[in-house]
This record gives sequence, structure tokens and C-alpha cells, in this order.
Amino acid sequence: MSATLTLSRPNRKLRRQIEAVVLVLLACASGVAVLTTIGIVLSVVYESLRFFSEVPVWKFLFGTEWAPTAEPGAFGIIPLLGGTLLITLIAILVAGPLGLLSAVYLAEYANLKARRIIKPVLELLAGIPTVVLGFFAALTVAPFIRRAGEAFGLSVASESALAAGLVMGMMIVPLISSLSDDIINAVPQSLRDGSYALGATQSETIKKVVLPAALPGIVSAFILATSRAIGETMIVVMAAGLAANLTFNPLAAVTTVTVQIAALLVGDQEFDSAKTLSAFALGLILFIITLALNVVALRVVRKYREAYE
Amino acid sequence: MNDMSFQTIMTPAIPKIAAAREAKIIASAVDVHYGDKQAIKNLSISIPDRAVSAFIGPSGCGKSTFLRSINRMNDTIPGCKVTGKITLDGEDIYARNLDVVELRARIGMVFQKPNPFPKTIFENVAYGPRIHGLARDKQDMERIVVESLKKAGLFEEVKDRLTQPGTGLSGGQQQRLCIARAIAVNPEVILMDEPCSALDPIATARIEELIHELKENFCIVIVTHSMQQAARVSDLTAFFHLGVLVEVGDTDVMFTKPQDKRTQDYITGRFG
Amino acid sequence: MNSSDLTAKRRSAERRFKYYGLAAIAVTVIFLAILILDIVVKALPAFTVNQLVLPVTIDATKVDASNPAAGDFPALLKETLAKEFPDVQSRGDKKKLNALLSARAADGLQEQVASDPSLIGKTIAVPISLSSGADLHLKGFTDAQLDEKQAAWLAALKDKGFIQHGFAWSFFTQGDSREPESAGIKGALIGSILVICVTLMFALPLGVAAALYLEEFAPKNRMTDLIEVNINNLAAVPSIIFGLLGLAVFLNGFGLPRSTALVGGLVLALLVLPTIIIASRAAIRSVPPSIKEAALGVGASHMQAVFHHVLPLAVPGILTGTILGVARALGETAPLLMIGMIAFIVDVPHGFTDAATVLPVQVFLWSDLPEAAFKSRTAAAILVLLVLLFCINAVAIYLRNKFERRW
Ligand SMILES: Nc1ncnc2c1ncn2[C@@H]1O[C@H](COP(=O)(O)OP(=O)(O)OP(=O)(O)O)[C@@H](O)[C@H]1O
Ligand SMILES: [Mg+2]
Repeated sequence: MSATLTLSRPNRKLRRQIEAVVLVLLACASGVAVLTTIGIVLSVVYESLRFFSEVPVWKFLFGTEWAPTAEPGAFGIIPLLGGTLLITLIAILVAGPLGLLSAVYLAEYANLKARRIIKPVLELLAGIPTVVLGFFAALTVAPFIRRAGEAFGLSVASESALAAGLVMGMMIVPLISSLSDDIINAVPQSLRDGSYALGATQSETIKKVVLPAALPGIVSAFILATSRAIGETMIVVMAAGLAANLTFNPLAAVTTVTVQIAALLVGDQEFDSAKTLSAFALGLILFIITLALNVVALRVVRKYREAYE
Repeated sequence: MNDMSFQTIMTPAIPKIAAAREAKIIASAVDVHYGDKQAIKNLSISIPDRAVSAFIGPSGCGKSTFLRSINRMNDTIPGCKVTGKITLDGEDIYARNLDVVELRARIGMVFQKPNPFPKTIFENVAYGPRIHGLARDKQDMERIVVESLKKAGLFEEVKDRLTQPGTGLSGGQQQRLCIARAIAVNPEVILMDEPCSALDPIATARIEELIHELKENFCIVIVTHSMQQAARVSDLTAFFHLGVLVEVGDTDVMFTKPQDKRTQDYITGRFG
Repeated sequence: MNSSDLTAKRRSAERRFKYYGLAAIAVTVIFLAILILDIVVKALPAFTVNQLVLPVTIDATKVDASNPAAGDFPALLKETLAKEFPDVQSRGDKKKLNALLSARAADGLQEQVASDPSLIGKTIAVPISLSSGADLHLKGFTDAQLDEKQAAWLAALKDKGFIQHGFAWSFFTQGDSREPESAGIKGALIGSILVICVTLMFALPLGVAAALYLEEFAPKNRMTDLIEVNINNLAAVPSIIFGLLGLAVFLNGFGLPRSTALVGGLVLALLVLPTIIIASRAAIRSVPPSIKEAALGVGASHMQAVFHHVLPLAVPGILTGTILGVARALGETAPLLMIGMIAFIVDVPHGFTDAATVLPVQVFLWSDLPEAAFKSRTAAAILVLLVLLFCINAVAIYLRNKFERRW
């Protein structure tokens, strides 16, 4: 009986074969993401190795002078890391309090209607292309800071770290606030209830109970934000300079790893010069740093989730 | 517990219904594991054709698990392992060369919660016949759909809105749609896992009526939590407890003279 | 301190804390408002244009009827303009007068006469582009770099009614140019569209296929765990690194043509792939398993159940995620700089393998140029980009709201 009500056998076999092929195709597609990572690692490592055959690794990692176009070129990454660190620090100092306080307000105080208005506005900011923020940093914020500095008798570089850092900080606010918002919302209500039952006010509850409970998650949000800031390119390309100064003066011009990668690879590239290859070595360092930060952040978040599920 | 707990009691020794009908499904020494956890222990049963068999027992005792082993829906659960032997018309359904898809076409299933596809009523019923290539042409398909809906007792209610979404029907109608969908592929067995638990008494009565009609042509297995329902619709009743098939027998006898103490307690509502 | 003092203190601390939060949000919103306002104000001048509408006699001695396109139209224009100002005699002054016109002022005239040679010998009035300085001066900018004489001449032309003010269509219909007054975003816009097409063509099928595999078919083992971790980390790799990948693999490895929409699209596809996979997986996961079980129950194979039932129901979610990915790709600049999409390209690209640039890169290129008129064009290009992104996001939100299903 069953033979009459199902497909004839050859058809069934064909379907099974097709499905096997489709399954392989699907599996291959998910392999593309892995291939991308392998491609990134291989290409960056390969060119970096070529670079290190010309410039010793220790000179690259510990050198304090960066002048790739000079003859002979100097390839010390320290000033670039210093510049990256300075701008990232400014960005986090701006975005940390703003993002965290916004998140606290959104999660604990804002009613549904306010949330519905504020969240899209923050998303809007998150969606603004960084080239636009770079334009704003270079043409509006930097001149403003320069003029403001002059009014106080300070000499401010026209491409100050402060301008780039401020705007980058604003770029990161939505990231920190949305991640922290999620994390604060995940803190069980029972913890809050416990605090209220003791007669604590809302702000005391937030400061003494909610934030400490959410701390791991918030830390990971900050780590992710740092990684974003370190890897950000356009704002610094447009608003920070090319001058490789090793300084912690936010009013001075500094340069970053990403700026140098862009500067070295835009325009004509000769793949046999240390100058071009050094961009890949910088890329390798950038990749390692951001990857390490992401891995740490994801770990922390997972630990945190497990604690509350 | 002693060895007795792994021994299924037959009530009576040869149930009348088993003698009257051919055995459609025979399970022997079936064990089901979810990972390390054993959900079914050494289960053997013979399910008669063209009759209704009811599985009863307290929550978590493995009724659904065994039901899903019969059409190999358990294959979709990672970590679920079925051992032992289950045959359909003498064919081992866990045999290597058996096509699960073909098996499921022969053994239809109706789920606890009505789960119509979010498509039109027509498409819901036509889906099975379409993938199995059962209809020669459009008219043939329409005939199958209408017939299935009629058999499921739904046609009169929905004949004017076959092109409307199946999800727009009432719960009871949705469940009958799911039954129509199951019988449209012309299966030999229909498995129903608490088909009425989401329905009100009137919708339940309609489905029970339907089950009664359907048993003329199909082998029906139903899981239910309602003693009354089991007593009303089934010919054979199987009582599960903690993964063990404790007692199986003719429904009228099971509900009046159960042999096992646990069956007795459950039927009289002392635990479960 | 008695207890009511303490309570009052705690109350005010409470209020202060709440205001900190409000203030943080206010700062962010104000920043966004200033940013947008600043760009709008900077951009507005680029959307209008002042043009000179002078009656020009097409002198048959200057334009040969057999080959009108080769006529000396610039000279024709200069003579016509000189006639308006008979007292401008010195060479220097004449040069200054001509500097009011765009370097490509005669293009429109030439085009018109070339397409209709019967105009030769007649007097016609066509809009003639002014130099960007003259244009800005007429818009009231003081730093337009005109001297007093030029300003006076412009005023005279305006008094005589020869200046026409209108919407700058040319901003949308022309490609890039070294002259700010004739630089437009058409090339970059088309380039962006081509790049996004390539991105979608690769990232959407790959992303959905990968999501389907990981969510529905993949065995749960170390391998799939690895893929999952890998995807999550890839989503956070800085975009400039993808540029390095494109440079090393697509350009140097595969030898694909530089500066093209094809390579740009490929790089961005890899960039947004993790986003699309993650969004698609979430969409697939949100389809209730009962639907799949129903299909399996009537004898559909796993593959059939997924493709007939699960995937169609996940489409809205997948689309929303994809659109957001596209929005990200549309605003991306850094990786494209690495693969040479930064060349000065006048021609509007016609295919995936033509040299092309995209809107954000155009913004980057223009932002570096010294002319004041380019500043407003940069801002205008940004505005177009932002409006585009806004529309795309609106579509995503609309889709989400319309098709979002609560099970
Ligand atoms: N997917 C699964 N993974 C792991 N264990 C499971 C799974 N499904 C069921 N179990 C376990 O197997 C045992 C039997 O479950 P089953 O669903 O078969 O019970 P049931 O008799 O149908 O109960 P109910 O009447 O509540 O539907 C239970 O202990 C349950 O926890
Ligand atoms: Mg069950």
C-alpha cells in the first residue's frame, strides 16, 4: 500500500542526493567565515614576516621613533601605540560616564515612552558613518578647541588628540550605553527588591546593588568599547595627524596605528619596500590587540550570563 | 523496586482487541535515553490496527517519548538514543536502509498544541500530498484537500475560506486542520499527543467523535491525561509509570479491574 | 544629625543621581543635534547655484558649422562678457573678469550647439557656470576670495538680471571634478550602489546559508563551537583589517582589478557577513519548533521542513538584519581606502569592474581639498549619505514592525 502513496524510489533517491549536496553547500558557506579569519591571519602574518626580515622585531616593538618615509626608515611602534592609547583614553573618559549614566537612566528611571524615544536617538548616533564624524571632528571640533585653547593662552595643535578623542568618545557612547542597558536589565529584580525592602532609595539600590551585580558585564562593555576605539580609523585619519609624537599632552598632535596603516597603503604601494610592508606589521599588532580584548570581553560576558541563568 | 516493575502486566492475558485485530506496531524491549537519562525502560507492546490505543500515566513518565519513537521524531532531538526493536507491519523502523521520511509519511502525527503552518487552510492540507507527489494535477489536489477536510469534520466550517490563513481558525478548528493535514498523506497510523489538551469540552467532543470515525481506517495511538477520554475513545489502554509500561489491556477491563496497584491508584486519582 | 535631615539628604542625592543620567543623555542628544545642524548649515550652499544667463551670439567665424563641437566656445563667452564691461581694458583686469566664470563654463553652450548646429549665427541664452568663488560670493560668503573689482562686476551683472539662482541639479547629475562648481556625486552614488549590489550578492546567500547550517544542521561539536566563536570575534575585527585582507588576497593574491566595485563589494561582504549570520541565526531560532515538527510529522525531510517552513518565516528577521548590515557597508570607508577606491575618478562607473568610488570615500576625498566650495560639497555629500542611511534604517524598522510575529 505504501508504495502507491509515496514518490517512486528513483525520485526519492534523487531528492536525497540533492539534499546531500545542499547540505555540503550550507556547510561550506559557514566555512567562509572561518576562511576569512584564516585569510586575515595568513595575509597579515605573511607580509609581516617579510617586513621582519628587513626590520628586526625588537626594533619594531620597542623603537621609539616612527619615520617610515625617511631614508633609512625608522619603524618603532611605541609612538603609535602611545598616540592610540592617548586618543582611546580620552574617548573612554568621555564615553564611559556618558554611556554608563545614560544606560542607568534608561534601564532604571526612564518610562517606556522615554525609552522609545531615547533608544532610537542613540541608535541614530551609532549609525552615523565614521567618515562623517571625522569630518565633524576635523572641521568643527578641532578648530573650536584650538580657539578655545587660544582664549586661555594654550597652544593647541590644529590636529589635537583631544578633538579626535572627544568625537571618538561620542561615537562609542551608544555602544557602551546599549550594552550596559542590556546588562543592567538582566540583573534580577529580586536583588532590587531586597534592597528596597531595607528602605534603600533607588539611587542607593543602583549604586550599591545593581551596578556591583552588573559590574562584570559593564567591564566587558568597556573592553569592547576600547577595542572599537583602538580599531577606529576614519575619525583619526581625518582629525588626528601623521606626526608620530610620543606625548601624553592631549592638546598635541599624535598619530595612531590605524592612521599609519591608512597613510602607508593609500596611494601607490610597492610590495617590496619595508614602508609598505610595515603597514601589515601594524595590522598584525592591531589584530592581536583587538582580538585579545574581544576574547576577554566575550569571556567575561559569558561568565556573567552563567551566573544569572 | 523489584524485577516486577520491568514486567508489563497484560489485562487480560490476551486483550480482546489484540485478538480481534492484526498487530500494526510491535515494540519489543525498547529503551530510550536522553543523554545519560533513561526515559523508557524495556518497553514491549503490540498495537492493534484499526483501533484506538491510549497511553496514560503521570506527567514525565515517557508517553510522549515512546510516541515520538514510533515515527522517529526523536531523531531530531540531539542526544536521544532509541534501542530495541519497533516494527511497522513487520518492518523494523530503525533499520539502516529505512527512509525516515517515508516512515513519517506512513505514520502521521498530531501534536499537543495545534500547529498549523502560517499559510492558507488549503496550503496546510496540500503540503503533505505535494511533497510526496500524491496528486496528479490541480483537481486531484483539490479533491484530496476537500476529502481530508471532510474526514476531519472541518470542511463545512471552512469551505468558504480555504484561502485564508490556517492560523486564523479557533483552537479546536486548528487542531482538526492538523488532523486533516495528517490524513491528507493517507497514513496508516496516526499518533496524537494530547490532541485535546488545549481545547474546550465542545471542541474536545468533536475531536473524540472524529477519532471514533477515523479508527475505521487507521491505527490510532493517543496520549491523554484524561481518564474519561481514554475510557471514551480507546479500545486498548497502556499505563506508563516512571518510564515503564506497567500494564496494558482492553480499556473496559483496565478501568474496571486493573491488576497493578499503581494502575489502580492512578485511575482512581490517588496520584499522578 | 537627626533622621529627617538624613532623609532630606538622601532625597536630594536621589534627585541628583537621576539628573546625572538625564544630563548624560542630554549631552549625547545635543552632540547629535549640533553635528547634524552643523552639516546641514555647511551643506545648504551646495544645493543651490548661481548661474550667468547671458545672451550669446554664436559667431559663425568662431564655430564651424561642419564641426560645431570643435568651436572655440570659451573665447566666445569671454568676448560676450567683455562686451558687458567695455571699460575693463587691462590684461590683469580682463583675466580677473574671466575668472568669474568656471573653467568649464563653455561646456553647456558647446553641448547645445553641437546637438543643434542650426543655432550657429543666432543669439541664445544658456546658463553659464560661474566660478565657485563667484557663486559663493553671491550666496553672501565673505571669504569667497574675490577682490573688490570682481565683486563690483558681479553686482553689476546681478543688477542687469543676468544672474539666475536655482537648485543645483548638477550636484546630482555630474561626476567628480577638480573644479568645485562642477563636482557632483553621481559617480560616487552609482559606485555605492554597485558596491552594495556586490556585497548583497555575496553576503546575503552566504550569510543565510551559514546561519541555516549552524542553526539547523550542524552537529554540536568542537568544530561548530569553533565556527561560532570565530564568527563572534570576526564581527568585532576592525574594518581596516578587512582592507588589508582585500589588498593581500583579492588584489595581490587573485589579481582582481584595483579600485573596482567588485573588490570593494567583496571586502564589504566579508565585513558584514558575521552581522548577517548572527541576525539570521536569531531569526531562524525565533521560528517556533512546532512548525518544523508539523512538517516533519507529515513526512517532510528535515531539509524540506527548513526550506519550506522555517526559512520563509525567518525572512523578515533576516531581511532586517541584512538591511542593517547594508547600512553599515554603505557608510564604511577605511577598508575601501586600502584597495584603491580612492582614486580621482571623473567617469561614472558603468559596471562592476570599472574604477569607482563610493559616497563615504568621496566625502573623505573632498574633505581634504582646500577650496571653500568643496567644504560645502563635502557636507552636502554627507547629507545625502545620511538621508540614504536614514531611509534604509526606516525600511528596516518598518519591515520589523510589519512582519514581526509574536508566537
Ligand atoms: N528533549 C529532552 N531532553 C532530555 N530529556 C527529556 C527530553 N524530553 C523529555 N525528557 C525527559 O524524558 C522523560 C519523559 O518525558 P516525556 O515528555 O516523554 O513525558 P510525558 O509522559 O509525555 O509527560 P507529559 O504528560 O507531561 O507530556 C521526562 O523525565 C523528561 O524530563
Ligand atoms: Mg508529553
